[in-house]
Amino acid sequence: MPAANPPAELPTPVMSKTLSFPRMPTALRWGIWSLCNAFALYLVIALYAQGQTAFALFGLVVCAIASFVFVSRRAYAHRYIFPSVAGMLIFVIFPLLYTVGIGFTNFSGTNLLSFEQAQRYHLRQTYLAGERYGFSLHRDGDGQLRMRVDKGAQGVWVSAPLEGEPLEAEPLGMAPLAEAGDIGEALPLREVIKLRGGLEQWVMRSRQGELLRLFGLREVAAVQPLYRLQEDGSLLNSQTGERLTADHDIGYYVDGQGQRVSPGFTVYAGWSNFARVLTDPQIRSPFLQIFVWTVCFAALTVLFTLTVGLVLASLLQWEMVRGKAFYRVMLILPYAVPGFISILVFKGLFNQNFGEINLMLDALFGIRPDWFSNPTLARSMILVVNTWLGYPYMLLLCMGLLQAIPRDLYEASAMDGATPLDNLLKITLPLLIKPLAPLLIATFAFNFNNFVLITLLTRGGPDILGTTTPAGTTDLLVSYTYRIAFQDSGQNFALAAAIATLIFIVVGAMAWLNLKLSRVKV
Amino acid sequence: MAMVQPRSVRYRLWLTHAALLGFIALIVFPLLMVVSISFREGNFATGSLFPESPTLEHWSLALGIPYVHDDGHVSNPPFPVLTWLWNSVKIALVSSALILMLSTTSAYAFARMRFAGKGPILKGMLIFQMFPPVLSLVAIYALFDQLGKHVGWLGVNTHGAVIVASLGGMALHIWTIKGYFESIDASLEEAAIVDGATTWQAFFHILLPMSVPILAVVFILAFITSITEYPIASVLLMDVDKLTLSVGAQQYLYDQNYLWGDFAAAAVLSGLPITLVFLYCQKWIVGGLTAGGVKG
Repeated sequence: MPAANPPAELPTPVMSKTLSFPRMPTALRWGIWSLCNAFALYLVIALYAQGQTAFALFGLVVCAIASFVFVSRRAYAHRYIFPSVAGMLIFVIFPLLYTVGIGFTNFSGTNLLSFEQAQRYHLRQTYLAGERYGFSLHRDGDGQLRMRVDKGAQGVWVSAPLEGEPLEAEPLGMAPLAEAGDIGEALPLREVIKLRGGLEQWVMRSRQGELLRLFGLREVAAVQPLYRLQEDGSLLNSQTGERLTADHDIGYYVDGQGQRVSPGFTVYAGWSNFARVLTDPQIRSPFLQIFVWTVCFAALTVLFTLTVGLVLASLLQWEMVRGKAFYRVMLILPYAVPGFISILVFKGLFNQNFGEINLMLDALFGIRPDWFSNPTLARSMILVVNTWLGYPYMLLLCMGLLQAIPRDLYEASAMDGATPLDNLLKITLPLLIKPLAPLLIATFAFNFNNFVLITLLTRGGPDILGTTTPAGTTDLLVSYTYRIAFQDSGQNFALAAAIATLIFIVVGAMAWLNLKLSRVKV
Repeated sequence: MAMVQPRSVRYRLWLTHAALLGFIALIVFPLLMVVSISFREGNFATGSLFPESPTLEHWSLALGIPYVHDDGHVSNPPFPVLTWLWNSVKIALVSSALILMLSTTSAYAFARMRFAGKGPILKGMLIFQMFPPVLSLVAIYALFDQLGKHVGWLGVNTHGAVIVASLGGMALHIWTIKGYFESIDASLEEAAIVDGATTWQAFFHILLPMSVPILAVVFILAFITSITEYPIASVLLMDVDKLTLSVGAQQYLYDQNYLWGDFAAAAVLSGLPITLVFLYCQKWIVGGLTAGGVKG
């Protein structure tokens, strides 16, 4: 039916009035299109202005594709897929690339800022160089905030309204109280405390040219900028005459003695993070240990869940077993309970002192295993819990696949006097393994990255001793990177990103293998 | 019924039943235990499966009602469980509705249209959905931090961010719906187009009404995925009142503040509805899970 096939380039047919979704007038469509584009452009420019080049560039690409897709007739089919493809681009692929990028920098808790931000930070530093005066904060009827500074013999002065962003180059002017008019009531101290973060950014300049800045919660003080920017880009300390130069290899300003001055800034660090993972013994040894455990964990999980699931599926497959519906519901119960709840339930049940499991073991055998502080026991516990969580999926898969195996194969084997075990090993398994293989790889990949289980159950503990990064004996690579990035006091995002990049390679290989084995047709 | 049967079949049948029942008892034990613990007194009480002196203390706290003990001493709810549950449900409803809308339209294009890049995009989706979002959390956090400076409701510590971030996980749903669409004969839509309907009208008025079952399955799957999502929400949400259940629930079991009984009641309260929905829909869900994504 060549005429009836709806290909993408089919000319838009005549509208019929009985069907809803009338087409919007052309002008309106173009109006909406330009509005969306204007908003997107605003975002892109705002991001670029803030020095977020990567985000701005990425935003520009997505917006450009969007406006092309929704205008071009040739891209009609792409309109349908654009939102979901854009969703994947923005929230999966871009974060992935960005993470790989971070792996090549020194981005971390101590080097969070860009070079410009770090320079601005230093230039904003001031030192106490004069009198201190009491101040109060006032809000007038229009909601405008002003600072009232009592300079004793020099009279009472009022700052210009605190509006917009505080600018380093333009301090607030000050006027005598008499010229200021009504400035409203003084705010109570608790309001001042609430606003403190913002207030500290403002600098006022008195008519004598003195710079005033917040000093504590009740006073302002005359200050001088600590550093002055020199022509060669170095910073001269006005107080001590020392010179700070930016070292773009380590991402810090350094003084004459080579001492680093915080905060650092983010610089390109090449392969150094990867080199650290592979050569620094204090990172390499926990990394390797965790890698081996991650692989063992994922492989054993697949093995255990498959075994349990397959055995149960074979039992349920037997025609003579009655009450299959009941068994089925009860057996997939662990799958139906939300994972985060069952994991936490197990965390409580395995608790060494109050957990029900230890109470029973104590009553039966007089033992109280320390599930959370002994590495081997902690690992066994994780495997038990994960088998509990994971076998129903395997059971469901196997039940589906077992239906496809012809009955007469088992008839024939029964004639030959085969036991159920023979049936399982010589008929069922060989026939199952081929369709199961891609699903097993997907399960392996899922458990390779089973972050939720580890985080909620053991948080990676018990810890590996003598390491510079937070590493636990039950940590998987994912939870290890999470801890390096978010839990460690150092917040070493770059190192975490480098390890994440290594995991991406492993996962990518598995995904590719999965695709090959499942011979997906599109 | 098989024609050929080994002799000891009756004995084996009983053994099978016994084994299945024993296994089920083992599997269900933790769940029953939690229900039992939620009725026990205090947070450290021990005892049998049926508590000797059942109390509603933990349930009252889980529902946000301060509990007055017999001696007049009052316990206040440790955490706003109902708020967390509502946050989770709100986020899950909005995000699964969005996911359903977007993945249905995409799946329609993938199932019925021919266009440039179709194969690579579909395969790419399958590959990239295997990459766990945990690994790019730093980037995701930075992304929403930046967005939040310009669009308030998309910033860090907003539910909008968590909802939007969930849109990255649509690939599997697209594959599931696409598989279903392909199983429906296209001739009805073709007839409608010959009669002058637009592609969109053919999709909306003919194909969609026929696909309600799979849409329900995808909605429920997306809903459950969103409710149980932990990593992204744990990084993006900070305020206690904004947490989702999956992020908040672990606060019950910190070593310094171990509220086992309170946790049990909260867990049953929030876990039971989801469990029941899943069990009720299991037939369709299982079909979607196993038949959808990957075809052997």
